[in-house]
Amino acid sequence: MSQKNRLDGGLIDRSEAWSFRFDSQYYKGHKGDTLASALLANGVRLMGRSFKYHRPRGPMTAGSEEPNAIVELREGARKEPNTRATTIELYDGLRANSQNRWPSLTFDAMAVNDLLSNFFAAGFYYKTFMWPAAFWEKVYEPIIRRAAGLGSLSLQDDPDGYDKGFLHCDLLIIGGGPAGLAAALTAGESGARVILCDEDFLVGGRLNLETYAVGGMSGAAWAAETVARLQAMPNVRVMPRTTVIGAFDHGVYGAVERVSDHLAVPEDGKPRQILWRITSKRALLCAGATERPIVFENNDRPGIMQASAVRAYANRWATTPAKQVAIFTNNDDGHRTASDLVARGVEVVSVIDTRAEAPTSSDYDVVAGGVIDQTWGRLGLSQIEVKMPKGGIRRIKCGALGVSGGWNPNVHLTCHQGGRPVWNEALAAFVPSATLPPGMTVAGAANGVFSTHGALQSGADGAKAILADLGIKASAPALPEAEDTPVKITPFWHVKTAKRAWVDQQNDVTAKDIKLAHQENYVSVEHLKRYTTLGMATDQGKTSNIAGLAIMAEVAGKAIPQVGTTMFRPPYTPTAMGVFAGRAWGMEVRPTRLTPSHNWAKEQGAVFTEAGLWLRAQWYPKPGETHWRESCDREVMQTRKSVGICDVTSLGKIDVQGADAAGFLNKVYCNGMAKLPVGKVRYGLMLREDGIVMDDGTAARLAEDHFVVTTTTAKAVPVYRHLEFVRQCLYPDMDVQLISTTEAWAQFSVAGPKSRKLLEKIVDDGMDLSNEAFPFMACAEITICGGLRARLFRISFSGELAYEIAVPTRYGDALVRRLMQAGEEFDVVPYGLEALNVMRIEKGHVTGNELNGTTTALNLGMGRMVSKAKDSIGSKLSERPGLNEPDSLKLVGLKPVNPDHKVPAGAHLMTKGDKVTASNDQGYVTSACYSPNLGCHIALGFLKSGDTRIGETIRLVSPLTGVDHEVEVVSPHFFDPEGERLRA
Amino acid sequence: MRYSGFRVIKEALTGHRGWGPAWRDPDPKPDYDYVIIGGGGHGLATAYYLAKEYKQARIAVLEKGWIGGGNVGRNTTIVRSNYLLDGNEPFYEFSLKLWEGLEQDLNYNAMMSQRGIINLMHSDAQRDAYIRRGNAMILNGADAQLLDQKQVLEKYPFLNVKNARFPVMGGLLQARAGTARHDAVAWGYARAADQRGVDIIQNCEVTGFRIEGGRILGVETSRGYIGAKKVGACVAGSSSKVMAYAGMRLPIESHVLQAFVSEGLKPVLPGVITFGAGHFYCSQSDKGGLVFGGNIDGYNSYAQRGNLPMVEDVMEEAIAMFPMLGRARLLRSWGGIMDMSMDGTPIIDKTHIDGLYFNGGWCYGGFKATPASGFVYAHLLATDTPHHTATAFRLDRFHTGHMVDEKGMGNQPNLH
Amino acid sequence: MIINHPLLGPRDSSEFVYLGDACLINRPDWQADDALEQFIEYGHTRDNPAGLHRELWYHEQGDRSWLVVTRNTVTHEITQVELARDVARAEGRSK
Repeated sequence: MSQKNRLDGGLIDRSEAWSFRFDSQYYKGHKGDTLASALLANGVRLMGRSFKYHRPRGPMTAGSEEPNAIVELREGARKEPNTRATTIELYDGLRANSQNRWPSLTFDAMAVNDLLSNFFAAGFYYKTFMWPAAFWEKVYEPIIRRAAGLGSLSLQDDPDGYDKGFLHCDLLIIGGGPAGLAAALTAGESGARVILCDEDFLVGGRLNLETYAVGGMSGAAWAAETVARLQAMPNVRVMPRTTVIGAFDHGVYGAVERVSDHLAVPEDGKPRQILWRITSKRALLCAGATERPIVFENNDRPGIMQASAVRAYANRWATTPAKQVAIFTNNDDGHRTASDLVARGVEVVSVIDTRAEAPTSSDYDVVAGGVIDQTWGRLGLSQIEVKMPKGGIRRIKCGALGVSGGWNPNVHLTCHQGGRPVWNEALAAFVPSATLPPGMTVAGAANGVFSTHGALQSGADGAKAILADLGIKASAPALPEAEDTPVKITPFWHVKTAKRAWVDQQNDVTAKDIKLAHQENYVSVEHLKRYTTLGMATDQGKTSNIAGLAIMAEVAGKAIPQVGTTMFRPPYTPTAMGVFAGRAWGMEVRPTRLTPSHNWAKEQGAVFTEAGLWLRAQWYPKPGETHWRESCDREVMQTRKSVGICDVTSLGKIDVQGADAAGFLNKVYCNGMAKLPVGKVRYGLMLREDGIVMDDGTAARLAEDHFVVTTTTAKAVPVYRHLEFVRQCLYPDMDVQLISTTEAWAQFSVAGPKSRKLLEKIVDDGMDLSNEAFPFMACAEITICGGLRARLFRISFSGELAYEIAVPTRYGDALVRRLMQAGEEFDVVPYGLEALNVMRIEKGHVTGNELNGTTTALNLGMGRMVSKAKDSIGSKLSERPGLNEPDSLKLVGLKPVNPDHKVPAGAHLMTKGDKVTASNDQGYVTSACYSPNLGCHIALGFLKSGDTRIGETIRLVSPLTGVDHEVEVVSPHFFDPEGERLRA
Repeated sequence: MRYSGFRVIKEALTGHRGWGPAWRDPDPKPDYDYVIIGGGGHGLATAYYLAKEYKQARIAVLEKGWIGGGNVGRNTTIVRSNYLLDGNEPFYEFSLKLWEGLEQDLNYNAMMSQRGIINLMHSDAQRDAYIRRGNAMILNGADAQLLDQKQVLEKYPFLNVKNARFPVMGGLLQARAGTARHDAVAWGYARAADQRGVDIIQNCEVTGFRIEGGRILGVETSRGYIGAKKVGACVAGSSSKVMAYAGMRLPIESHVLQAFVSEGLKPVLPGVITFGAGHFYCSQSDKGGLVFGGNIDGYNSYAQRGNLPMVEDVMEEAIAMFPMLGRARLLRSWGGIMDMSMDGTPIIDKTHIDGLYFNGGWCYGGFKATPASGFVYAHLLATDTPHHTATAFRLDRFHTGHMVDEKGMGNQPNLH
Repeated sequence: MIINHPLLGPRDSSEFVYLGDACLINRPDWQADDALEQFIEYGHTRDNPAGLHRELWYHEQGDRSWLVVTRNTVTHEITQVELARDVARAEGRSK
């Protein structure tokens, strides 16, 4: 098909004709086109369907505020629903499809809704679909959901990459039109660090869309020259295709650069988009203005668009939506469109100006004081009906109608921190209020300065004021001469009709809906929007809010500012969710922490599991083992029989040093630490200030003024933070220093009756590991393997004779290999988290399952550890009666009455014979495992008054998983309750 | 005026001329028996149930702006009763049962849609915790099911399990949970309360209490003094500010929670789904927008807006679950002020001032509680005794040590 | 948000972890007659002002300083940033 509506000139590159496809049809376009401009050039006006009534729609705008011409861009995994044809840069081979229609764009069966629109008035669904009650989920909602939504997702993983970056500047300029360029020149030449962002691929704003001269050349040429000058300045960064999406606190702006959206596929290694977090000292908003519609009957047909958009398509993209164009305006700007079209050879059939005193022209017919009261054309405008000022009507054939209701400054970013725009009577528009985000000022059309000269001047002045504020001496580049036409507008919002006139075109909100909202007392702006969905479309109300407000004001008999104002929230334009995630994608969504023995464990075929951000070996399968339990049982039995090794590096380690180190630990542990002798380790319980257990671990005293404290893996970070709080905020004069050494030391548990013998093979001469010289709970700084410094702790989580040995992390891999080698003669096994868990449950040791943030020392059977003889964090609030009820939960062991039964974690505990209800709930199971040593399943749990119920048979229920059987309450210390093995 | 199928058809055929105001805009009377401060969901529901269930009259709801403009219109619309603790679960289950009959009760379609919620689980420990919670739900008369990965994938086939940093082991499903149209809840209660004679007074900001001899006499407002026998504050987000007029300091901090909606998309998410290796929850509205959120920003704020790091965090978790959302677009974000209490649980109680009552501390779980909160608060106001499902929501529980700490995070509000 | 660290200069708030009201520095005396009552207040009751708020931030991904930040909770404007340790000392805390 030929480009039958292509004009001469424009800012497109005709050296190549690119082929693209929309729905099933192929077309030609050029570099510099948007999808919308290329389709219009090919005579295509119909590009979409509206949300509710499935009305045929074409582009209303030539920019990012487009509500109608939204399509699915690309196909397959790269499909992007709801993409505005007016901002899609054409590329060779582009494919786009219309959306929200079935079976096709020209024949959409869902358009039957349009015929039933009387039933679909604003808020209709709040009044119906209630009978019978069960029908909502079964009948009504499925029908509604089938009709929901606009475009469709690919349902495939997004194949492209995204990135994030940080930028800093003195001045961020948002928008590269005349105001932004003048500001950038002024600030750039003064040496300030400047970032200029523009959402368009061609910087220049309306300079690229207009015909008037700037400094003796075309606006577009001046813009291009200026951009080139700016790009040559090392202190200026010009960022086209970059939308500033949000104004956040303290001068932080979010901006999205569309690096590859103008290409079929991103170049190798390049992201699709980048999220920039721009930290600015000052920002100048030069975001321009958006032309607004006049509302009249059937004002939504393809071909009816902003007058300025018709002008933009003609001037920049050398295309027209039709050969015959009419203009409907309430201000002088509509006439500018008419003149430009005439100059381009487009027939302007009539300019209908609502003002009786409209300017006249020799180039085109003007109907002063007329309005349009009807239009025709099912899939595209064919005729308009003009209500003549002196009565009577006139019908005019035309394929396009440019509508100009005046201009709205783009105040959006000024609202992001609560600023509410104020009404300007002279401009008949909302302009930015004085309450701007700190550091932001506004220039040009965004501030209501609509002439080119005014915009240039206000941009330069805005930059100068900012430079003065920052103490930078401003140079004053000469500004080019430009037009300085005053705004002449007589507000006119809508042509009254008993039928439908569209306000929010995408959501099909008509003037009638607004009147109905008023009638039903949904009068405030917030109610109006929510009740009618006005302004909730993908244009975020940019093309609809003001007209909606104006109509509500009229119905309510109020002035527009009395009805309310428009507020905008981030993002400025709809933004791909992927770009906010940046590189945090798939496995990279969070960092992965590996233990020092990770590579070695991988070589052994270990199965890994997540422990927070850590990956830890879960078990080490041997050939022939088909179930994890086989591996786990073997590791447990072999460790208890001989010796096993487990990487415990992920446990938090905190070095505590200083003259007051002991006194400090006495504050943070509820049990006494001050008198711990050098060379000894003590188990410690830390409480939160509210008296609940925060964490447990050990404190090892390596010297008078030096402790090493361990935490659980999960609490390493919060415990460290808490200790720093206590140190800095509560006891600022204590002589104590803290440092987290979790990553600095590789630590292994060496457990089992042969652990001493194994370690004796690697400790250096002179280190006596005998029970007398190095008893249970001893610690020392030693050397191993011929001089490698190490820390040795005789502590036991497994209940065996056991040690934990730590070496600088870089030796961790070597150490595990050395230990395994040295242990060969004892048939040493590595054991994973599963075996570790089994052994600690057998021993009755608690972990995160028990320390769940609601348990007290009393619940754990450690109530007496909370020293009353000293002050410590949490000790006071642990005295509250609610934490000391006589029937408090107590940690118990649980064994099934029938040895074949499991005792699953998460099950609840009941007194035998009680009904299974919440009021009879007596507790719950926290940790469970199969004990190969006891030959049955065992568990730990909390039971009301559990410490006094040892021996009782109770009922274990898990209705969720269908478990209901009897268990016996036993001591939580299933294995070696006297602790003979660990003291051996 | 009752809404009915007949009426809707009749009005459609006659130009909708017969619809009257959904609620009146009366001027305040000099005094009332009950003044409810706050025209949000909870306040309007309280007034409605006071009139309907407790047969009280002379009731006013005072709203400083427009009704429904606070958190009831600024949330992610999720309704569920999947709580663990005995202090919570009976209350939320009571609420869910009220939701199930809400439309017929109010004669207003709030589009309560029971399409289920799935909490994904990613570790053995999480599975154990979910089983405990699911059992607690069942013991309290609610519904719960444990799903394995395959069952989750049947409902959400595009969930990332192949390349997932945190493996999806399955999920805890509450099939009766779902979403409701948030604004409609406020409007439905307003209309129903109004029809029972409740005066809903908009643009009427309470600026002080008149208290004599330890007893409330009425409230000072921007529209003059209004006398009241009983005053119920119901202003979550601004609780500290309003109760300070009565000299009270609360176990509450105000925080900002951001919420997000995407462009309209053809439905892909059947219900509500949450990420268990972080904090992210998502559903899709009947209009097609994905509605989602995550954690609070984490600092005290009354600004009703948040910052970029939390936006990024929420999207990272969204993409971690659903890599196909990379090309879906965020349309709008907003922020609400959350009453974050010291244990993550609300407060519905008398105060030390006779006739002054307090309802707040909803953290970011207030929406689902709307019906029950109104019901039990009405019970408390009318009878001076706590409703049997809300006995744990006491103001003095931090004194006695009877905290209801669902997440086990302790007395740090921003962790709940 | 940007927090102007007294030692390190302006830093992005995402480097910090927030705790809450700086009144947490004023931990009561455990041996006071009404110590339990004081601890209950200390642990749970907050002014929660809509306006200036002195609050504790921890530079977790930085120098591990606890800071007292004076910030307006309505506008988020930060007017003062101090080392919590200095504040604690000024408020009479020692060992």
